[in-house]
Amino acid sequence: MATKQETSPEQFKLLMKEQQKKSSSLASGVIRFYYDGFRTLSEWGKQVWIVILIKLFIIFAILKLFFFPDFLKKNYADDTQRSEYVLDQITKTPDTDD
Amino acid sequence: MIENVDLSLVDWSRAQFALTAIYHWLFVPLTLGLSFIVAMMETIYVKTGKEEWKRMTRFWMTLFGINFAIGVATGIILEFEFGTNWSNYSWFVGDIFGAPLAIEGILAFFLESTFVAVMFFGWNKVSKKFHLASTWLVAIGANLSALWILVANAWMQNPVGMTFNPDTARNEMVNFWAVLFNPVAVDKFLHTIFSGFLLASVFVMGISAWFMLKKREEWLTKRSILIAAVFGLLSSLMVAFTGDMSAKTLAKVQPVKFAAMEALYDGSKDAGLVAFGVLKKSDEKILEKKEVKDFAMKIRIPGLLSIMTGGSRDVFVPGIRDLISYGDSVRNILSISEMMQRGLYAKEVLNDYKRAKMLNDKEQAEIIKNEYFGSRTFLEENFRYFGYAFLNSPEDAVPNVPVAFYTFHLMVMLGFFFILVCMIALFLLYRGSLQKNKWFLWVALLSIPLVYICSEAGWVTAEMGRQPWIIQDLMPVSVAVSQISPGAVMTTFILFAVLFTALLAAEVSIMVKQIKTGPKH
Repeated sequence: MATKQETSPEQFKLLMKEQQKKSSSLASGVIRFYYDGFRTLSEWGKQVWIVILIKLFIIFAILKLFFFPDFLKKNYADDTQRSEYVLDQITKTPDTDD
Repeated sequence: MIENVDLSLVDWSRAQFALTAIYHWLFVPLTLGLSFIVAMMETIYVKTGKEEWKRMTRFWMTLFGINFAIGVATGIILEFEFGTNWSNYSWFVGDIFGAPLAIEGILAFFLESTFVAVMFFGWNKVSKKFHLASTWLVAIGANLSALWILVANAWMQNPVGMTFNPDTARNEMVNFWAVLFNPVAVDKFLHTIFSGFLLASVFVMGISAWFMLKKREEWLTKRSILIAAVFGLLSSLMVAFTGDMSAKTLAKVQPVKFAAMEALYDGSKDAGLVAFGVLKKSDEKILEKKEVKDFAMKIRIPGLLSIMTGGSRDVFVPGIRDLISYGDSVRNILSISEMMQRGLYAKEVLNDYKRAKMLNDKEQAEIIKNEYFGSRTFLEENFRYFGYAFLNSPEDAVPNVPVAFYTFHLMVMLGFFFILVCMIALFLLYRGSLQKNKWFLWVALLSIPLVYICSEAGWVTAEMGRQPWIIQDLMPVSVAVSQISPGAVMTTFILFAVLFTALLAAEVSIMVKQIKTGPKH
């Protein structure tokens, strides 16, 4: 009958170190992969990235901040007030509309 | 009610959304289809090991990359618009719209972003097979992203799998699978992705034809056209098949849209399909307000509409007037007048509930909540027609017939034209005379703008044809809109027009430059 071998604390430490080495080399490998990719971008790649960055800046830093606030979040403090407002909007009748 | 809404606000909000969606859709279908074409080319490269196939893959991958990068995040603006311009709608739909969009966001971010990097940075750095797998995963990921967006859109066309909570004024998802397998979602997803495949095929054939006209890259362009023509032909046949499926579903869930697409005012048995027609003004009215558009001329295929919708020439296809007055008993479709009555009743019940809560009459509120909003019968027989309470006349449920008719017919005619283009391309390739037939090369090249027009026309039919609804039968656009200043919407409309035009110009200029440069040695 095979007996289960227990791992000694030293062996466990070694295994953990190896594991850490592996994951840090994987992480550095991924970082290096992206770094090399961006470093060796083709001309069209560079142009496209400029367009992407400008576009994202316009969308998130200008349009979203200054032109597209969430109407209900901006005007009503909590979900109860928002619900009441929308309920009012969808139950208006032609006679009582202003 | 409709008269009490500032129409300029509704119109500007709609125009802004339409502009954003139309521009966004210029980038999406090419991504959907070209990703698969590139994956097929790379598969051949990995199988054969021939460098020419790698060169070809990398060339089309470059064009894919430009389109993908410029199109990225253009759809996010639509989500901003939901919160700002369509806040009542955004609140009312609750998590039903949010859940598929969230899944789409996660998929798009993790699957596409990770593997797109491998696609472009990974040549010679990862194994051939891993690179190929990444390319396929990008293609699958892009199309799966589209699935979730289309599921959300399909719910707006045919709301299913939800219940309404009167306390929160929101719809809540009760059956995820009903939302996912909504018949409109299935048809829409298949029809849309195959149309994207077709668009990309026509794009590849068109660019390849340009190279042939310039007598450049003979080996590469012949094979590109071969792959694109086969893929395009299969896709176009699937587009036609799924279009037919879609029409059958529409006849049941959006019958007024379906009748408008055919400009069918008075229904009949043995109804013919209008293959081509020109509409003209007439003195006749549908009821009192909206004018009936008559045909100045038409080419009609007898009986085909009855066969397409019900499988037999004896099937009665209702027209707009029939739907207003009688509905369609065979398909269990109520008349619009009846739906208005039911919608008004649902609205009255909701008003009673609101009143009871305002007066703090908890007992009465509880009774209404349990007896009505807790009852499937009330929800299915009355509340599902809630939106009709906002219409002044049954005619308000009729969309703009000429827009629905012309965009639909333009899409169908161009769709058949592309089947022909793919077949001719294959025939000429088989005969070995593709390069000699310059007329065809020009046709292929000029088909590029046409396929975009075709694709956009399909969306215009789908979205304009379902007016006045933002959510079919539940909420008209006039109720969905936020009470904000029309001037603000107009300003952002202009901003978007400038931004998107600049993006499109950037894409076209970078792409044209790369095409002129050609595949790298």
